Amino acid sequence: MSNETYKNTALIQASLKKRYAREKRFQWMGRFAVFLGFLFLFILLFDIVGKGLPAFTQQYLLIDLDLSADALDVAPDADAEALSRANYAGVIKSSLRDMFPEVKSRSDKRMLYRLVSVGAEYELRDRVMADPALVGTRQSLWLLAHSEAASYLKGQVDPNSPEAERRVKDAQITWLDQLHADERTKSGFNTQFFTAGDSREPELAGIRVALYGSFLTLAVTFLLAFPIGVCAAVYLEEFAPTNRLTDLIEININNLAAVPSIVFGLLGLAVFINFFEFPRSAPLVGGIVLALMTLPTIIITSRAAIQSVSPSIREAALGVGASKLQAVFHHVLPVAMPGILTGSIIGMAQALGETAPLLMIGMVAFIMDAPAGVTDPATVLPVQVFLWADSPERGFTEKTSAAIMVLMGFLIMMNALAIYLRKRFELK
Amino acid sequence: MQGNDDMNQMKTADAAVPEEARGLDIHAHADVSNYETTGDPLLDNPKMSARNVNVYYGEKHAIMDVSLDIGGNEVIAMIGPSGCGKSTFLRCLNRMNDTIPICRVKGDIQLDGEDIYHSRQDTVLLRARVGMVFQKPNPFPKSIYENVAYGPRIHGLAHNKIEMDEIVENSLRRASLWEEVKDVLDKPGTGLSGGQQQRLCIARAIAVSPEVILMDEPCSALDPIATARIEELIDELKERFTIAIVTHSMQQAARVSQRTAYFHLGKLIEVGQTKQIFTNPQHELTENYITGRFG
Repeated sequence: MSNETYKNTALIQASLKKRYAREKRFQWMGRFAVFLGFLFLFILLFDIVGKGLPAFTQQYLLIDLDLSADALDVAPDADAEALSRANYAGVIKSSLRDMFPEVKSRSDKRMLYRLVSVGAEYELRDRVMADPALVGTRQSLWLLAHSEAASYLKGQVDPNSPEAERRVKDAQITWLDQLHADERTKSGFNTQFFTAGDSREPELAGIRVALYGSFLTLAVTFLLAFPIGVCAAVYLEEFAPTNRLTDLIEININNLAAVPSIVFGLLGLAVFINFFEFPRSAPLVGGIVLALMTLPTIIITSRAAIQSVSPSIREAALGVGASKLQAVFHHVLPVAMPGILTGSIIGMAQALGETAPLLMIGMVAFIMDAPAGVTDPATVLPVQVFLWADSPERGFTEKTSAAIMVLMGFLIMMNALAIYLRKRFELK
Repeated sequence: MQGNDDMNQMKTADAAVPEEARGLDIHAHADVSNYETTGDPLLDNPKMSARNVNVYYGEKHAIMDVSLDIGGNEVIAMIGPSGCGKSTFLRCLNRMNDTIPICRVKGDIQLDGEDIYHSRQDTVLLRARVGMVFQKPNPFPKSIYENVAYGPRIHGLAHNKIEMDEIVENSLRRASLWEEVKDVLDKPGTGLSGGQQQRLCIARAIAVSPEVILMDEPCSALDPIATARIEELIDELKERFTIAIVTHSMQQAARVSQRTAYFHLGKLIEVGQTKQIFTNPQHELTENYITGRFG
């Protein structure tokens, strides 16, 4: 007996080394996997933030403007109507020519004009119309730089690279250097990025339409998908009989969660736009389509959350004479709520990042004015990212990354709200 | 006359299903096919009466032809080995078995002469009259006050806050928990100790002033001190309520009950005065169980 015990001890000891080695190896593999995951995430974030941060600053050039009535091509006592149609572009161009009198050839002049954004003339118009007394004076005003000039001022262009490979030409670089030496350049926070809609000019493009659009679309999605999803989950989990029909429904819900999202877009196009004739490009339709897409996720996670509630709580409620509905709504749902919210937020995050189905229903349009309601045309953040990433202008590269940063900020805020709500439910 | 209303569809996970439903083969051993309940299961003026009750879990015949009366203001203990059907029988008395989809109940169970399995019988009303305390303390994850006030609130028993406070205090006092929790009524009931939780569950059950209280092994999750307190409590409660208690502890049955029923493999083997059952069992199976030869 004791001999045998001794033999076993020896055998176990012999195997111990191998077991521990295996455990060590596994731990290292796990650490490596975690490290790799974080590395990729870090590279991704670093790349996006690095590219996107410059988009939050704007470059301005100080230009001496001749705002005489003559130059503006209006009568000295012009009314607002006439002022709104004055020749501001001409004023800016002639002012630039005055500042760089050595520029003579047509193509050089055209390059010179490209230092200032085309948006500058509208900005100037707004300023003059707000203060008509400016007419007839000479003013030094900060005008928005063109995106190409701005990219040089931000140090994104290497002046030593071959001229043919860059959009900013040698002559422009000389002028910009000269302006910079005269302290006629400045950079400021890009508020326009948050207050403007889309534009063909990178320096004028903003994210507001997409931000509003995403908010309205997700609001519609949440208002539809959450109550419907939770009700369906409660019914299926607590009230529905177990039979072939409910099994079939369950299988179909699970399959629905795996349907490619573009199919929902096609459905939205066929049903809501073509048949019900809802407006195109509207957050309403986008929200409905995304709600359809999100529903299976919410139903499945809500059912899991309801299922995981201890049956003893149901029994306790039924035991004091609560009806089934009371047992579910007073006791089961509050306990399941954190899980339901987690599932919903996963679904909503999915919806926030969805592009394909929205392309199908026309939320990909070029829209400059922020939507006032759910039926106004709008676009959403991921679609805006898609649009900008598709644009050839260099200035849109940083806009794309900046839009991704805004999208992630939106997502973080949504998650924070969900975590806050979950904590509140857990405390009760 | 089966428990076939909406309650039937409510799904419950394994934990809530009595052991008989979980696939233990109750026909595995011992031949009890020829039997008649020893002793007299019937009373003159019963509070509840069960006649020829049969319960099936799917194909399984969990309770066979049980007839038993429960008298007013008595404590009746149901004992027997695991899987003998005592919990199942108890859960028939307030139709808690309705929550198990595969469970069918046949036979006749009456409360004050009314058939509780009648199609017009409302389970909400029945469960307000026949309360239940479960094996594992299961307070709601809400405040102590809410736990007790919940029943009276859904039944509309209190008309204002003062009445509700009174009901809560009285129920907690009767469950001899008041002194311990009167300063922490807004703290969650789940934060109490196991014994306190079980007394809270008793307070919750008596808050709706039921006529009968069913207790399904109420002390099996408690330590001896907490058990002793619950037993004292049962003794006091029998002044006002009729109590049917299922227990695995024969000492407990002997201490708290006036009558004892012994179940074996789905059959009611013997019923009698507790003293007689424990000192002079008539049936061989009862004697074997009580003397510890199996169980």
